[in-house]
Amino acid sequence: MSGLTKKLIAIAGASVFVSSASMAADLTVVSWGGAYTKSQVEAYHKPWMAKTGKTIVSEDYGGGIAEIKAQVESGNVSWDVVDVELSDAIRACDEGLLEPIDHSTLPPAPDGTPATEDFLPGTLHDCAVANIVWSSVYAYDSSKVRNWNAPKTMADFFDTKAYPGKRGMRKSPKVTMEFALIADGVPTSEVYDVLGTEEGIARAFAKLDTIKEDVVWWEAGAQPPQLLADGEVVFSTAWNGRVFNAKNAEGQSFEMVWDGQIYDLDLWVIPKGSKNKEAALDFVAFSTATEQLAAQASWISYGPARASSEARIGTFHSDPSINMADHMPTAAANFKNALQNDFEFWADNADQLNERFNAWLAK
Amino acid sequence: MVDSQTVLSGPITAADGTPLKKKLAQALFRSRVRAVSLVVPLLAFVLASFVIPIFALMWQGVYNDRFSTYTPNLSDQLSKWDGLGEPDEDLFVALVADLKKARKDRTIGRIATRVNQEYPGTRSLFTSTARKAKKLKAPFKESVIKTNKKWANIEVWRAMKITSQDLTPSFYATALDGRYTVDKGFVKQNENRQIYVKLFWRTFMISATVMALCLLLGYPVAYLLATLPLRSSNLLMIMVLLPFWTSLLVRTTAWIAILQSQGVINDLMVAMGITADDSRFSLIYNMTGTIIAMTHILLPFMILPLYSVMKTIPPSYMRAARSLGATPTMAFIKVYVPQTIPGVGAGGLLVFILAIGYYITPALVGGQDGQLISNMIAYHMQKSLNWSLAAALGGILLAGVLLLYWIYDRVIGIDNMKLG
Amino acid sequence: MVQAKDPFVSFKGVQKSYDGETLVVKNLNLDIASGEFLTMLGPSGSGKTTCLMMLAGFETATHGDIELGGSPINNIPPHKRGIGMVFQNYALFPHMTVGENLAFPLNVRKVPKAEVEEKVRSVLDMVQMNAFIDRKPAQLSGGQQQRIALARALVFSPELVLMDEPLGALDKQLREHMQYEIKHIHENLGVTVVYVTHDQSEALTMSNRIAVFDDGVIQQLADPVTLYEKPENSFVAQFIGENNQMVGTVKSVSKGIATINLDSGAEVKALAVNISGVGSRTTLSVRPERCVVLTKKSATVSRLDAKIEELIYLGDHIRCRMNVAGDDQFIMKVPNTSGQLGLEIGASLQIGWQNNDCRALDFKELV
Repeated sequence: MSGLTKKLIAIAGASVFVSSASMAADLTVVSWGGAYTKSQVEAYHKPWMAKTGKTIVSEDYGGGIAEIKAQVESGNVSWDVVDVELSDAIRACDEGLLEPIDHSTLPPAPDGTPATEDFLPGTLHDCAVANIVWSSVYAYDSSKVRNWNAPKTMADFFDTKAYPGKRGMRKSPKVTMEFALIADGVPTSEVYDVLGTEEGIARAFAKLDTIKEDVVWWEAGAQPPQLLADGEVVFSTAWNGRVFNAKNAEGQSFEMVWDGQIYDLDLWVIPKGSKNKEAALDFVAFSTATEQLAAQASWISYGPARASSEARIGTFHSDPSINMADHMPTAAANFKNALQNDFEFWADNADQLNERFNAWLAK
Repeated sequence: MVDSQTVLSGPITAADGTPLKKKLAQALFRSRVRAVSLVVPLLAFVLASFVIPIFALMWQGVYNDRFSTYTPNLSDQLSKWDGLGEPDEDLFVALVADLKKARKDRTIGRIATRVNQEYPGTRSLFTSTARKAKKLKAPFKESVIKTNKKWANIEVWRAMKITSQDLTPSFYATALDGRYTVDKGFVKQNENRQIYVKLFWRTFMISATVMALCLLLGYPVAYLLATLPLRSSNLLMIMVLLPFWTSLLVRTTAWIAILQSQGVINDLMVAMGITADDSRFSLIYNMTGTIIAMTHILLPFMILPLYSVMKTIPPSYMRAARSLGATPTMAFIKVYVPQTIPGVGAGGLLVFILAIGYYITPALVGGQDGQLISNMIAYHMQKSLNWSLAAALGGILLAGVLLLYWIYDRVIGIDNMKLG
Repeated sequence: MVQAKDPFVSFKGVQKSYDGETLVVKNLNLDIASGEFLTMLGPSGSGKTTCLMMLAGFETATHGDIELGGSPINNIPPHKRGIGMVFQNYALFPHMTVGENLAFPLNVRKVPKAEVEEKVRSVLDMVQMNAFIDRKPAQLSGGQQQRIALARALVFSPELVLMDEPLGALDKQLREHMQYEIKHIHENLGVTVVYVTHDQSEALTMSNRIAVFDDGVIQQLADPVTLYEKPENSFVAQFIGENNQMVGTVKSVSKGIATINLDSGAEVKALAVNISGVGSRTTLSVRPERCVVLTKKSATVSRLDAKIEELIYLGDHIRCRMNVAGDDQFIMKVPNTSGQLGLEIGASLQIGWQNNDCRALDFKELV
């Protein structure tokens, strides 16, 4: 294909995706919206603006790298810093869509530990710097009176005899298939090995078959708290920060089950060709400093990506009686049976498993 | 007489002797230029913002040069290889050279993604081998296979040969639940990955059902609108148009509140004793929910063309039929309904085509069996970034719509359509 | 007035109101004989179309009875009345061919196919449209559509055919042609026709009897000659044909001839038709062709001074606008005989009429 047609497509794509906001701002920072973006605005944006005197426009998006790709390929990059998932960060980096980030420019911990040692293992990448650890768990509404003991394990989620009723799950093979294998007794350390085989995939689908009739599939992160609050489902898989906020900011009596949680990272990336690259790099370094990461944790229950931040986690911003450290995915009590999302496995198998997952759904 | 005149004086001429036809063309030229210049901006806009992007995207469905652009050596060697025998050292030499370069240029992801589309599970094979490419030594066949034994799998090489061809039917094959292979041509996709044909079929069925329901519900409303006195019909018209003024998301969400198992309808059913509290109806997160919500959202698109056609049918036709001895029912069926066919056609086609492309509503209320093909197109546009496959799926959808349009033209006649 | 002994259609004390406040039709009593061609004539809004629609069954009478062949039809739906109808816009079904349109009333009556075909052919023969059987209505001219509409109303052999201004959309020449054609068809078939129009010449040409409507009331019901020659009130006199109107006060009446003092001062004689008595106000009506130019020796009783304002040469007669009794719109038609050619604009002369040609009618303010 000629370069021209390619560009045309990219422009057409960009015009669909890109909203018109980022005009007069010094920096456009894009994130997932809701309570999460609010935590970033409070902990990162405001102090950075106060320090530099520059302005930030905050935009929301729904994840994925389609917009970044469209912007970079059309040469019309309007986003400067984007909050992405790990698998997307790796993939976009491999495809040359991101600016490399020199890890030596990241600030060291207050005690002098260099950034490369202070960040948790696997959180620094060629083109991406992690800020938080988030997790997929399942939750239930404890205010609804039911004749069962509180669920404790991932297996309980799949036990429709002991826990009858509908279950909410994300309409995606990612996380769903891992949960199925964990519930079926596969140790967390072996989940991806098993899922890498034909038998493992069949095993996961077989486990999912047992609850298929009872599943309400959700797609947007805001749906699970709503489904639970409406009583539409008895359990729902969800992102831990959303459940925490529904509980502590909106007064819902949701409880999370941490067993078999699958955690993942959110990282800052800078699209290649950003018009404010210097400011973007400065913002990334500033926001991932020990203090800022710790400050963010008082707004939402996502764990900071730095070891030095963990000790400084305070209480919930609106309720000093809640000690945020206890609610992090990485808190010892929650972390007992946890699995890290394997970005490489999903990069290899997402397309295939997505087709199989949809074929399975349609069966 | 005409003949003799022609013979005598040739073509008819104007007063000054120039042929009349030429003179006429001159006279019309100016007004034609003016007319054309009036539509040029719109034409250019449509061409640039609609026609060209569509064709460019369609072109992506059969043309993808991701692989060959970033692997010049390897593609060259692959084109020489017949795809049947074992890959030889030349291929491995080219592979290593290209991997080294791609690693340096940060283009390895593009290559890996493209091959992974053809042969799942090979993405990391490329990225990890590229990381080690610098340290590899000749003979490369041996050393490459030593880093990862998947390189010995001939299917990986065949997949690369397929991807090295820029002009390829493989995306259309995938979109039709098939695979295009070097050795066997087109073959069926593994059964557990066959999804697209099923979704196309479901999309058409749901669209047809929604169209039929819209017609069933919209026809009486349009009839009322066209026949009621102005004051009451205005009120009714506002009620019909109200959904137009409400955001699609709000309407869809409202349906969730109404239809869900703890929702309004089920609460009413339980209160009236029609169903027990523990066996509430599943009206949403399934095909029923998709059909209900889509029917509601698309109803105005059926009512408006119907109304505009019905409005032009004078009441005297029905009276004439009655006076000629037809019962009201017969007059309605034999005289009124046939005259509304243009509206039925326009509304039906409009609703059907809009329904085929729907994806927000099915995504929110569809559940597991309410998913449509457009949800897959959106997935490949936004998540998997396999734009070529999205283009192929879209191309098939477009072809399907055009086919329907053609059938409609043959059966009813396209000039027999009235949009309002 | 001819009163049918056994009326085929009969309106008895029929009233109609749409809004419950005003009556569109006020106490209508009308008998129509079998085989008659009756025209309802009147300006728009006079109630004539409403009467037709009540007869067809598309409107219900607010009060009173409508009888057809001796039995009330108020509660019979239109499709069971067996009445043919021709509409103003023809109402040919646009999705059917001419043949299908004509077959429609037969098919709904479940007439056998062969018979349908035969009847369609013969009715097409009657209107001379056989070549057009496979055309769609949109491919026909106005006059052709009119014929098909007529044929469709007749094809199922109804005893009564209603026509609602059927010629209104045609140009003048075609309209006149169609008038004769409809008249001939009526004469040949012997059906009863109730015809609605606002065109008085059409009414005069075609009808056996004409009911002149105004303000929801039949002003006069009579055959064309009577209607023209002997209008019973000033509305009818004004509406049918051309006439000159003068107002005055009745001075005396003797042997059916009234002596009237015109408002201009002159005194004339007229046939006392519709006056309340001596001293009452009255409107005089005289047809332009009944006025004559008087010489000194003429023996007419009524004699008025006139001054010629305008002359229009029309070949067979000369139309002469003159100022008579303070009215400069007085029209006289002077036959084009050689002796009359001396008329000149501005000339003063005297005009007059026979006593019977001037009718003293109910008083109506001149407009």
